[in-house]
Amino acid sequence: MAKQYETVIGLEVHVELATKTKIFCGCSTAFGGRPNTHTCPVCTGMPGSLPVLNKQVVEYAVAVGLATNCTITQYCKFDRKNYFYPDNPQNYQISQLYLPICRNGSVEIEVAGEDGGTYTKPVRIHEIHMEEDAGKLVHDDWEDCTLVDYNRSGVPLIEIVSEPDMRSADEVIAYLEKLRLLIQYLGASDCKLQEGSMRADVNLSVREVGAEKFGTRTEMKNLNSFKAIARAIQGERERQIDLLEAGKEVIQETRRWDDNKEYSYAMRSKEDAQDYRYFPDPDLVPVYISDEWLENIRSRQPEFRTEKMKRYKEEYDIPEYDIDIITGSKHLADIFETCVALGSQPKKVSNWLMVETMRLLKEKEMEPEDIRFSPEHLSKLITLVDGKVINSSVAKEVFQVMFEEDVDPEQYVEEKGLKTVNDEGALRKVVEEVIAANPQSVEDYHNGKEKAIGFLVGQTMKAMKGKADPASVNQMLKELL
Amino acid sequence: MANIISDETIDYVGILAKLELSDEEKEAAKKDMGRMLDYIDKLSELDTTGVEPMSHVFPVQNVFREDVVTNGDESEQTLVNAPGEKDNMFVVPKTFD
Amino acid sequence: MDILSLTAVELAKAIREGKTTAVEATQAVLDKIAAGEDTYHCYVTVEREKALKQAEEVQKKIEAGELTGPLAGVPFAIKDNMCTEGTLTTCSSKILENFVPTFSAEAVLNLEKAGAVILGKTNMDEFAMGSTTETSYYGVTKNPRNPEHVPGGSSGGSAAAVAAEECFAALGSDTGGSIRQPASYCGVVGMKPTYGTVSRYGLIAYGSSLDQIGPLTKDVTDCATVLEAITSHDPKDSTSMERKNTDFTSALVADVKGMKIGIPRDYFGEGLDPEVRDAVLAAAEVLKAQGAEVEEFDLSLVDYAIPTYYTIAAAEASSNLERFDGVKYGYRAQDAEDLHTMYKRSRSQGFGPEVKRRIMLGSFVLSSGYYDAYYLKALRVKALIKKAFDEAFAKYDVILGPVAPTTAPKLGSSLSDPIKMYLGDIYTISINLAGLPGISVPCGTDSKGLPIGMQLIGDCFQEKKLIRAAYTYEQSVK
Repeated sequence: MAKQYETVIGLEVHVELATKTKIFCGCSTAFGGRPNTHTCPVCTGMPGSLPVLNKQVVEYAVAVGLATNCTITQYCKFDRKNYFYPDNPQNYQISQLYLPICRNGSVEIEVAGEDGGTYTKPVRIHEIHMEEDAGKLVHDDWEDCTLVDYNRSGVPLIEIVSEPDMRSADEVIAYLEKLRLLIQYLGASDCKLQEGSMRADVNLSVREVGAEKFGTRTEMKNLNSFKAIARAIQGERERQIDLLEAGKEVIQETRRWDDNKEYSYAMRSKEDAQDYRYFPDPDLVPVYISDEWLENIRSRQPEFRTEKMKRYKEEYDIPEYDIDIITGSKHLADIFETCVALGSQPKKVSNWLMVETMRLLKEKEMEPEDIRFSPEHLSKLITLVDGKVINSSVAKEVFQVMFEEDVDPEQYVEEKGLKTVNDEGALRKVVEEVIAANPQSVEDYHNGKEKAIGFLVGQTMKAMKGKADPASVNQMLKELL
Repeated sequence: MANIISDETIDYVGILAKLELSDEEKEAAKKDMGRMLDYIDKLSELDTTGVEPMSHVFPVQNVFREDVVTNGDESEQTLVNAPGEKDNMFVVPKTFD
Repeated sequence: MDILSLTAVELAKAIREGKTTAVEATQAVLDKIAAGEDTYHCYVTVEREKALKQAEEVQKKIEAGELTGPLAGVPFAIKDNMCTEGTLTTCSSKILENFVPTFSAEAVLNLEKAGAVILGKTNMDEFAMGSTTETSYYGVTKNPRNPEHVPGGSSGGSAAAVAAEECFAALGSDTGGSIRQPASYCGVVGMKPTYGTVSRYGLIAYGSSLDQIGPLTKDVTDCATVLEAITSHDPKDSTSMERKNTDFTSALVADVKGMKIGIPRDYFGEGLDPEVRDAVLAAAEVLKAQGAEVEEFDLSLVDYAIPTYYTIAAAEASSNLERFDGVKYGYRAQDAEDLHTMYKRSRSQGFGPEVKRRIMLGSFVLSSGYYDAYYLKALRVKALIKKAFDEAFAKYDVILGPVAPTTAPKLGSSLSDPIKMYLGDIYTISINLAGLPGISVPCGTDSKGLPIGMQLIGDCFQEKKLIRAAYTYEQSVK
């Protein structure tokens, strides 16, 4: 019988924090912009420049640490990690090795099991540390050289290092989703894998089922979607098993995953000694997080998903499925709560989010975090429908425009003349015309074909360019027939 | 001389420090480093058990910046000393295949 | 009036009183530079036009009453490891042969705010690594007291420029004695303030935990005045201290009655030139005669300061100098095909032998397997050295000793043996490790006529005690 192997996975997750400025200087962290326009002497490693720590970075790191049940290192320090690479302007990265800000945490993940049910398990967090991001390298094919842009250099990151507690791609993805949601709830990052504000390096080894010792692990980089992560895990697992089956050894190394070729290759070079010569950065002083400061951050922690779900269940009459979806995104939950606070009926808000919003997100391949319309506008739209100012099909049209351009529905309805015509005389006139123009349908109706009235309603709505209340049209037709 | 620095060690340190030494320089570096390390080994005469390593002389802590953007577009200054520049970026020999 | 023989404070007074102008003084000193540089080579860069223009602007402000301070209109020299916006800043290295900073060091800005005129940038040991200014890529500087001798280092150009009257005062930097030792060799006053007193922003780092900018001046009054001008709490430097009572000139009082002065026996042992010893002990007698209580004591750990220093400074330097890689500024080797070759060639061709030696040592002591044994061990000994000073300052206001074991050596006689060269730093180095202030004051000459310096060391933040003692001595021997 062939040997059975178990995959052992630990993750190093880098998260770009949502600060306005970089970790050690007053440059903007905004995305885009011409290369090197968000740079200064500090984040480009100019001689004589010195770093000064952004306080908000500490606050976010502590908040994430608390949310992941870590012990906060109240006296922590920064260290220099020395290695030469052009995306790293000082040729050392300021990071934390000896005293990382958070240690010994864990999160509970919920994973779909093979039997169709779900199981939960804890994933332990070894540490979370603060560090600076590197710049961007662009390959110039024309001149066969590399170009360096330091706009991202010095953007604050936290690196969340898990213990090797995961055993499958599903567990890895459940863990990442759990982290992402926690961090989004904290507002500490938007955690977008595609844009690189959340990045995962996968440490993977295999061992025979039942073995106690871990196998030799490799580290895989360049994974920028959940799908890529799943494929890379599968690919690396197979590669390592093949090596072992062939009697070869797995080499501890860093590998780069190419998701197009579905293949990873070693990033080793004889010029990389992997000896980072960490030592405390003499340019930065230690950070001391007093009990008082810690409590202050703790008291500002938001309501997380589990608590939110519980509260929604108690406070709002909406289906559990809806609650699950809405609280599954901090942004959706925020929209929902703001609309409710503005006086909209929870059930109606939830409907808009669950039906039209979900439809458009799916159609446009967007994430809930990408929603641009304001809750105020959704509330206004609901008020317009409630007050019968527009009918529901007009409302859907307006919603689509609102979804795309975040227009003010009141203004839009006014400008486009989309209000339902409530003038009974005008409506009667149109209904009479429709009856006169469709004798066959009128006859069918009188012959007991109830459906025929639907056609006449449709014709009337069409003649009214949709600006009528279908219920009123229906009623008037019945009267006149 | 107690500390004998091998060729491998000098080559390894050269990789770490990104320095390329001629054979002559290497020999000199081996000798210098050996002597310096012998000298530094004097520190092992001292019992430092229980002594905290002191990186900062003063117990200063919590020096922070507020999270406020203070810098505008300084790309011109950033690039003014660049040995190679293209499209507002630094040019370096290619880093990957 | 011989403008050039005035001290900085005297010159500023003369300008305020209309006896001369900033422009006249600048012109005079530029002429002196033009005449002296062939012999002494104090400067890497002299900014003639800029200095004259700045002098004109300063003069206008003085006349308009906008600049009234004690240094307004005084021409200064700046060590070439401090960034100066628009002016070449080389650290006396080939690797920065073409580097023009886009900002000025905070200390330089503070001087300019006080109305200083910046003449140019002074020669130094490459990246401040050396004690003779002979490791400069741009040639050696000669000691104005005797051009066959070195001016000391690494701030040799600044000390020599003051001594040669090629400026009225200068800024230097001191990582292990680099202000005090050249001051001693050139017969001028030099002070390394308490760590964190002067902002390091814009100072191109050598050993970040040890580096401190300070004045090199003609006398103690100038020293206190310049120190007062450059001291500031700088939010751009996380290690900059928020200090109170930085009115250092208020300590210019000739009175040491009751001041307790300790003389460490360990500073007068083997290796100390007898002429230096005698001159320093004679200076102690002068202070005693003025009412100070002088006694000998054992400081301990003196022999451990140099290995501790070279481990820490080399480690920090190896990391601080990684940024010089040919990518963003400075020298880039042109013939390299791939990235790592470019790095290696740029750095190997751009750095001189002493810099490479320290980078190699620093990389080694931080490397895997050696960090604990060397680097952490050195940080532990540093803590012990600090403790030894704490104990001494529980008993004494000031510690008095020599600055260097000898007077200025002859050119070309020091570099061959690094360990011997490093031993020359034995009395200055532990002050940097402990973050303390130290001042070098001229206290005579040896039989060859070379200046001898006395060093006064104070507890952290006690510059005023040093200034008071130094001023009292200076006034007593006038």
